[in-house]
Amino acid sequence: MSKDNQLLEELTSKEYEHGWTSNIEMESAPKGLNEDIVRFISAKKNEPEWLLEWRLKAYRQWAKMVDPKWPNVTYPEINYQDVIYYAAPKQKVKPKSLEEVDPELLKTFEKLGISLTEQKRLTGIAVDAVLDSVSVATTFKEKLGELGIIFCSFSEAVQEHPELIKKYLGSVVPMNDNYFAALNSAVFSDGSFCYIPKDVRCPMELSTYFRINAANTGQFERTLIVADEGSYVSYLEGCTAPQRDENQLHAAVVEIYAMKGAQVKYSTVQNWYPGDKEGKGGIYNFVTKRALCAGDHSKVSWTQVETGSAITWKYPSCILKGDHSSGEFYSVAVTNNYQQADTGTKMIHIGKHTKSRIVSKGISAGHSQNSYRGQVHIMKRAEGARNFSQCDSLLMGDKCGAHTFPYIDVENNSAKVEHEATTSKIGEDQIFYCLQRGIDEESAVALIVNGYAKEVLNQLPMEFAVEAQKLLALTLEGSVG
Amino acid sequence: MLSIKNLHAKIEDNQILNGLNLEVKPGEVHAIMGPNGSGKSTLASVLAGREEFEVTEGTVEYQGKDLLDLAPEERAREGVFLAFQYPVEIPGVSTINFMKTAVNQVREARGQQPLDAVSFLGLMKEKMKLVEIDQSLLNRSLNEGFSGGEKKRNEIFQMAMLEPKLAILDETDSGLDIDALRIVANGVNKLRDKNKGIIVVTHYQRLLEYIVPDFVHVLYKGKIVKSGTKELALELEAKGYDWIKDEVAVV
Ligand SMILES: Nc1ncnc2c1ncn2[C@@H]1O[C@H](COP(=O)(O)OP(=O)(O)OP(=O)(O)O)[C@@H](O)[C@H]1O
Ligand SMILES: [Mg+2]
Repeated sequence: MSKDNQLLEELTSKEYEHGWTSNIEMESAPKGLNEDIVRFISAKKNEPEWLLEWRLKAYRQWAKMVDPKWPNVTYPEINYQDVIYYAAPKQKVKPKSLEEVDPELLKTFEKLGISLTEQKRLTGIAVDAVLDSVSVATTFKEKLGELGIIFCSFSEAVQEHPELIKKYLGSVVPMNDNYFAALNSAVFSDGSFCYIPKDVRCPMELSTYFRINAANTGQFERTLIVADEGSYVSYLEGCTAPQRDENQLHAAVVEIYAMKGAQVKYSTVQNWYPGDKEGKGGIYNFVTKRALCAGDHSKVSWTQVETGSAITWKYPSCILKGDHSSGEFYSVAVTNNYQQADTGTKMIHIGKHTKSRIVSKGISAGHSQNSYRGQVHIMKRAEGARNFSQCDSLLMGDKCGAHTFPYIDVENNSAKVEHEATTSKIGEDQIFYCLQRGIDEESAVALIVNGYAKEVLNQLPMEFAVEAQKLLALTLEGSVG
Repeated sequence: MLSIKNLHAKIEDNQILNGLNLEVKPGEVHAIMGPNGSGKSTLASVLAGREEFEVTEGTVEYQGKDLLDLAPEERAREGVFLAFQYPVEIPGVSTINFMKTAVNQVREARGQQPLDAVSFLGLMKEKMKLVEIDQSLLNRSLNEGFSGGEKKRNEIFQMAMLEPKLAILDETDSGLDIDALRIVANGVNKLRDKNKGIIVVTHYQRLLEYIVPDFVHVLYKGKIVKSGTKELALELEAKGYDWIKDEVAVV
């Protein structure tokens, strides 16, 4: 109940609240991309030879590819030679404990409401904080270690657990999967790695917090989650960036590997800087997220609340390979002003009796364009597969657009696929009803929109749900009346 | 407490209210009757501040203030409540959540602390009893899939929660079964006191047996053409509106 109150309080503040930059000494690569840059990054990270080779191979493939033109978004040609591919906070020696981390860095995260220091660690969420592609600090490590859970930065995992990285890196999203995944594979600088051992239920939420800080710098982080047989983990991801006039590139890859009976819940609240009211600046968010339900009875659930970015191109997907495995996708995507989002999911049913469920809630306001793009593919072998998709669009005003592109491909006759779609407008009647009860317009919109998105918000862990509700309200401020 | 003088209002190019006068004093209950389309709901909407209706002439004074000058939510916070003829559905928002937002925003506007969850629940239980409404209904999405009668009862519950000074009930009796009618009327009567004004829009004399009005007015073609006491309602029930229409035509 108190979350509604918080929501109302938050409604008084306007505009993007994470738009500040911090003064942290940085070390960067020169602008542009070539094999030397790839080598530079790999050397900086002290990587083994095989990983450098892997990156170079990805780079060579990328160099031959062109960026996808099929999404329903428009943006000027990106000059990939004008981007900085590596920037890291300058740390003299690698910190062994939080006490050694640059206080300015800690302050940056404190300001975002993410405390990495001791006292607030008690909140029970383990955090890996990533600033400009480099993991800054991971909390709760020892405690998780006792259970055999590995949760650390990607770079650290490369050093400490090379056998796991070698085995699973690229096992779900091949390096040449698509243009942006190839780019990421060549230049990724850090991210999070997580391994949950057999039959372990991770006792706390694991969370990665991404922050872009440096100007002109692309952020290419990589997350790899491996859930061993019968394990469970809930993973959260949050993102913010400063307000800048120029667009910034973000191309991340997330891979989830779920073994027999494993369950992974992955939640994102994406709040990259969306650009200003005229559509200037903002993050180009091109992300590849995919889960492989490799084992029987495994289950992966994606929940996303997408409120930020100038452009979002993102399709968290599930490959349902194990028999009886299941995939879920719950999404709220809000666009306002000149934002463009082309987002959805792919559910690939390979195993028998695989199940998938898609609930997508698009909300468009201002001059924005919001597209749902989803594919449900039932392969020949997927006896008794089932899918249910619900795609709703809510329009605010008459200058925005909502589009739905469902692709359904059924190769097995025993499959059951259901698709429902609705488009509605936020009603004057609904708003007036709220006003008549003494509720102001902004709160009325927040109430109606949160009601509309409830089914998805309910999937989020509590703390995240509160933040997500606030974000929805914030994003839509000033979009009616 | 409410003084409407020479009120004219239109929507798009349709002139609906044509010089309406009405005076409501604290403690009074006024019933407004009149044929379909005569402008009863329009009057209610104008008083509540619905923007689509344009006031072209006239004044409305409410507790010494120019009511027409206030935004709809300000009117609500000043104690104006409208029980809608057609309550609106808001999917995914429970009545409880809705009321909590409303009650606390009204309190905030009045410089009061918001109610904490426990006090809110206490208030809710008390009012639930008053209008004999079930909590399961209040947990559901607001008005979504409610029966006609449930919607009306929910309006009265909201009225009880917000404790308005001026309540306008637009055909709250329509669609109610006999028991519900009695319960709703009871609810209204319990709120009735010397400081509150109530306007009841109805087509049926029956409601007025439960909520006994001080005055009955007939609204016809956007004007109050006849006023009287509760006997007028009986007369209308017996004779219909034709004789009034004739009277108006003669004048
Ligand atoms: N949005 C609108 N556009 C055009 N005309 C309207 C609009 N709303 C109301 N009217 C007209 O205004 C007139 C008065 O309507 P109103 O709803 O006030 O009547 P009423 O007295 O409440 O009737 P009822 O007893 O049927 O509820 C009607 O002729 C109606 O058609
Ligand atoms: Mg009416």
